[in-house]
Amino acid sequence: MSARDTILGKVRSSLHAGANDQTRRKAVEERLKKAAPGVVPARGKLPSAQRVALFSEMAGKLSASVEHVRKAADVPKAVTEYLRGRNLPSAVRMGADPRLAAMPWGKQRALELRPGPSDGDDEAGVSHATAAIAETGTLVMTSGAENPTTINFLPEHHIVVVDAADIEGDLETVLARIRKAYGKGRMPRTVNLISGPSRSGDIEQKIILGAHGPRALHIIVVGG
Amino acid sequence: MDITSPTFKANARVALADGQLQKALGNVRAGFIDKRRKAVDALPEFEELRDRARDIKNHALEHLDLYLETYEAKVLSSGGTVHWAETAGQARDIILDICRKADARTVTKGKSMITEEIGLNDFLEKNGIRPVETDLGEYIIQLRGEHPSHIIAPAVHLNKEQVEADFRRVHDHLPDHRDLSEPEALLGEARRVLRSQYFEADVGITGANFLVAETGTSIIVTNEGNGDLTQVLPRVHVVVASIEKIVPTLEDVSQILRVLARSATGQEMSVYTTLSTGPRRKGDVDGPDEYHVVLLDNGRSSMLGTEFQDMLRCIRCGACMNHCPVYHAVGGHAYGWVYPGPMGAVLTPSLIGVDKGGHLPNASTFCGRCESVCPMRIPLPKMMRHWREREFERGLNPATQRFGLGLWAFFARRPRLYRLAAALGIPVLSLLGGRKRRFAWLPFAGGWTRHRELPAPESRTFMQQWRDREAVARQAGR
Ligand code: SF4
Repeated sequence: MSARDTILGKVRSSLHAGANDQTRRKAVEERLKKAAPGVVPARGKLPSAQRVALFSEMAGKLSASVEHVRKAADVPKAVTEYLRGRNLPSAVRMGADPRLAAMPWGKQRALELRPGPSDGDDEAGVSHATAAIAETGTLVMTSGAENPTTINFLPEHHIVVVDAADIEGDLETVLARIRKAYGKGRMPRTVNLISGPSRSGDIEQKIILGAHGPRALHIIVVGG
Repeated sequence: MDITSPTFKANARVALADGQLQKALGNVRAGFIDKRRKAVDALPEFEELRDRARDIKNHALEHLDLYLETYEAKVLSSGGTVHWAETAGQARDIILDICRKADARTVTKGKSMITEEIGLNDFLEKNGIRPVETDLGEYIIQLRGEHPSHIIAPAVHLNKEQVEADFRRVHDHLPDHRDLSEPEALLGEARRVLRSQYFEADVGITGANFLVAETGTSIIVTNEGNGDLTQVLPRVHVVVASIEKIVPTLEDVSQILRVLARSATGQEMSVYTTLSTGPRRKGDVDGPDEYHVVLLDNGRSSMLGTEFQDMLRCIRCGACMNHCPVYHAVGGHAYGWVYPGPMGAVLTPSLIGVDKGGHLPNASTFCGRCESVCPMRIPLPKMMRHWREREFERGLNPATQRFGLGLWAFFARRPRLYRLAAALGIPVLSLLGGRKRRFAWLPFAGGWTRHRELPAPESRTFMQQWRDREAVARQAGR
């Protein structure tokens, strides 16, 4: 017998369950089909303007910096200014996200755009978030050539653009959106829920920012 | 790893006398308890979420076979591979095989208690493959040849001076005069040293906090970002997870996430919650070419249907040990195997046998704090009692304890005699206790009095005092 069958057999016998018990099968099917949200905290259930404000507040508490721009076309300038303000080289790694591509980067003459995934030598990377969660100040990133996962982790500074309209109250709302976009039971290869810059408390329980991931997380909220 | 759980008492004695350790353990008390309290207070729905979390896992465990099948099918359909391992040995062989097929020389690892449980690092090393721990705490203890002393803070038993000494010893290519006096400098150095390792590795191994049946997704929850670099950069990603990590849907995960980080570190969310489904897809420019899941039983299936089934709800948050007076006093290594604290006291005998882990359930004051903070509402003290009962039935207790309990049973069945003996014994103890009314030492109780004082009993027995109180109450009622 294969290890698989042995394990499943042991589980069944410990649970005193037959392999073809229809009541159990039904319970499982129903549960998967419904995927019912459970207790969703009241905190995130807000009208959109307050949702954006809560998101900014929560992200700030997590030591991310948050800035608001009126329209997408303002993003390249905001990126340049962020780099200049921190004395960083004028270069960013960026994926092929069409929303980012449509922005007027050419106006930022000195800014070098490096396309593709990060190779570990980038000081700063720019990504576009799929969504964000007001309840906890969390960014939701999905993998692909548009926003390569390596950009979320390798650069020292991660700059993330998010549309105010994509800031949802809670994770449940975001999950429903992903399910709609990818189909029931399917997922992007990677979904990164990011809440602040990386940190470690492993030495004497003292929290230090900038562990293996980015030292700084800068969020640019567009519109709203 | 060598199991030293059978000598828990001796381990504890050493731990209590270790000044460095005692200093470091202060960080557990200071670092975790208040933060959890604050995070819990900030979420009015917290208690309700605990109920939900408990119910979700109960449901998943009651239907575990079916959810495992669903999960497997989903992993396959997203292009991943599922391997089943009944034992630690099988899991090790499967992982070695994957590494060999990938021609791996270096393997990076995200933090994973399961790979500690199966003793993966030693095994890979013996087979010519270099495992590199990338979580800061895990990296430190790997340099020291130690094992984690806490399930979420593996190096909590160390002080920064010890870490500095290790870094100077191992990173000997770096200048001698560099300043490593602050944790920031130590972290920075580890970050730089490990960066190249992620790129060098052929295989990245992570654990999983959850496996989602609905989608075939594995989830890790971390703060440093090392787990993500471990899984995104090498060509092969291996997830090692035990079967009870299964959760039905993404919505269910969302419920449990809300209690996990708050209970663990007092964060509302850990920095990185990463959902992984299968290998690199068409059009992807990064991510692993292969995605493997090793599903490990290693004794879990035998816990189902027993009084220890509830333990399988555990999400490894560490709150029970953070609030445990015994853990605070002796730290994690004294428990002698992978899982310390109250959760370890229940889990260890289940996984390695009561003959080896049977002393651990005695390492409890039954104060009940662990259960009161456990986000999954696991009745830890009750389960420790179950183990004590089993241990006693099997006659594994030390002879003195059996003799003592036997004596007590003799008197319990003869209450008049018991009262007489107690009334005779108390004045003797109370005299011996002297004016301080405390014993720094008692014959036959050295284990107790070495590290604390035993209060001398009041001069009258409980039963005598009870009768007096009743009499007073009756008079007052009149
Ligand atoms: S037993 Fe409960 S408190 Fe302890 S680690 Fe597991 S879930 Fe956390």
